[in-house]
Amino acid sequence: MSDYYSSYGVVLAVLTAGALLVAVAFTTARLVAPNAPNREKLTTYECGIDPVGDGWSQSHVRYYVYGFLFVIFDVESVFLFPWARVLESIGYAAVVEMTIFIGILAVGLLYAWRKGVLRWA
Amino acid sequence: MDWVGWAILVVRVAIVFFGLLISVMLYIWMERKVIADMQTRVGPLRAGPRGVLITLADGIKLFFKEGITPTAADHPVYAVAPILAMFPGFLAFCVIPFGTSVTLFGREIPFQLADLNIGILWILAMTSLSVYGVVLAGWSSGSNYPLLGAVRSSAQMISYEVGMGLALVAVLMYSGTLRMSELIAAQDTVWNVIPQFPAFVVFLIGAIAETNRPPFDLAEAESELVAGFHTEYSGIKFAMFYLGEYVSTVTVAAVAVTLFLGGWRGWWPFDGAVAWIGPLLWFVLKITAVIYVLILVRATLPRMRYDRLMNFGWKVLIPFGLVWVMITGVVVVLPQEYGNRGRYIAGAVIVGAAALATLVAPLFSHRPASEAEPGGQPEGREVRA
Repeated sequence: MSDYYSSYGVVLAVLTAGALLVAVAFTTARLVAPNAPNREKLTTYECGIDPVGDGWSQSHVRYYVYGFLFVIFDVESVFLFPWARVLESIGYAAVVEMTIFIGILAVGLLYAWRKGVLRWA
Repeated sequence: MDWVGWAILVVRVAIVFFGLLISVMLYIWMERKVIADMQTRVGPLRAGPRGVLITLADGIKLFFKEGITPTAADHPVYAVAPILAMFPGFLAFCVIPFGTSVTLFGREIPFQLADLNIGILWILAMTSLSVYGVVLAGWSSGSNYPLLGAVRSSAQMISYEVGMGLALVAVLMYSGTLRMSELIAAQDTVWNVIPQFPAFVVFLIGAIAETNRPPFDLAEAESELVAGFHTEYSGIKFAMFYLGEYVSTVTVAAVAVTLFLGGWRGWWPFDGAVAWIGPLLWFVLKITAVIYVLILVRATLPRMRYDRLMNFGWKVLIPFGLVWVMITGVVVVLPQEYGNRGRYIAGAVIVGAAALATLVAPLFSHRPASEAEPGGQPEGREVRA
């Protein structure tokens, strides 16, 4: 048990080291970097001409659909990892059950595919 | 823990941290040199012998550059994003064993920061965290190019993450453990790359896409999106993105070495007090080899078109990953159930699945009827992709 916590303690130590690196880097930069902002410099980048419109533009809905698909398959891997760990001790019953589970998911992916969700242009 | 224990902990973390920073420095130099070689240029020469200190010079230069925060940016998020982008690579490296162990002050010090019992899951979790830095940077910049780059790269990263996860599941099934030290122990006779070669290929492709490296660097396609999600960043904040990206690459190479290429295993003629050097050298050598392959891929292949990239991820990599997971399941279980006969059945299953895949694949190669014009995007209406 103490082993369990001590290994995560090391992770915490790495996190601290990273935070230290960030702190040192940002402080140094603040001390040595010039800071002379003006209105032109702070405009949005647009190859020298004045930017047109708002930076937050609409993006296509298909990104959202891909997001959905990803969530489905990510939840799937939540089930897949524990199964993979105990596969050897349960035996072929586990393989059959997971085949059914993955089969259902594959049918879902196939459905999305045929519906043209995965088509980009 | 007494004070010696604490001191050892601090030294270990510091060594790994600076080791990673130095390896990033050398690796960027190597990448520039190798690519220069392939384009018959000489590459960096001035800073240090053969230009080896070029990255250090670049880093120092970035400290002295003004950090600009555009007026249109969302200030707090804009400041936090580069920090978020830097951490995941370091954290994922925590679980990588980079050698055996050494005995100092009567204590055995393992060459691995944290032997978490969920090693593979930890790596998957950390690599997927890196998408946050990219998305938040693109969103908070308040500019078109970063936003497009961020949306693109987040869609790409989550797509390839699924494929990479499936490759990791296959390895996990094959060795039956999530713990990195046990994974290495399981590879003492045969490295996983031989029985799990398809998973290795899937993992490598997924890893290249996850780290936004060419040919999958759509996020920062400079010919169309300027620099993608970090267009507006400059100075030390940009350095953080740069550092994060390359630390992730080193980490991903380390993960590939540990999961598939036997980790620190190798041959070493010496024993006794210096026995720990061998494994360490082997680990470094293998990582360098993997990174060299990544650089070769970058130098050889042109950038992919975005729709092809997503198609490849969802229509090839993920279905293939699913099939491979099932095949691995059968191969692992059958010898248990039927003894030696199971091995032949397992072989037959693989051959059968391969034959079936060859038969079925052409069915999906041409456009299905539903993808013909009706229901598609009307012509002449521009929607940003």
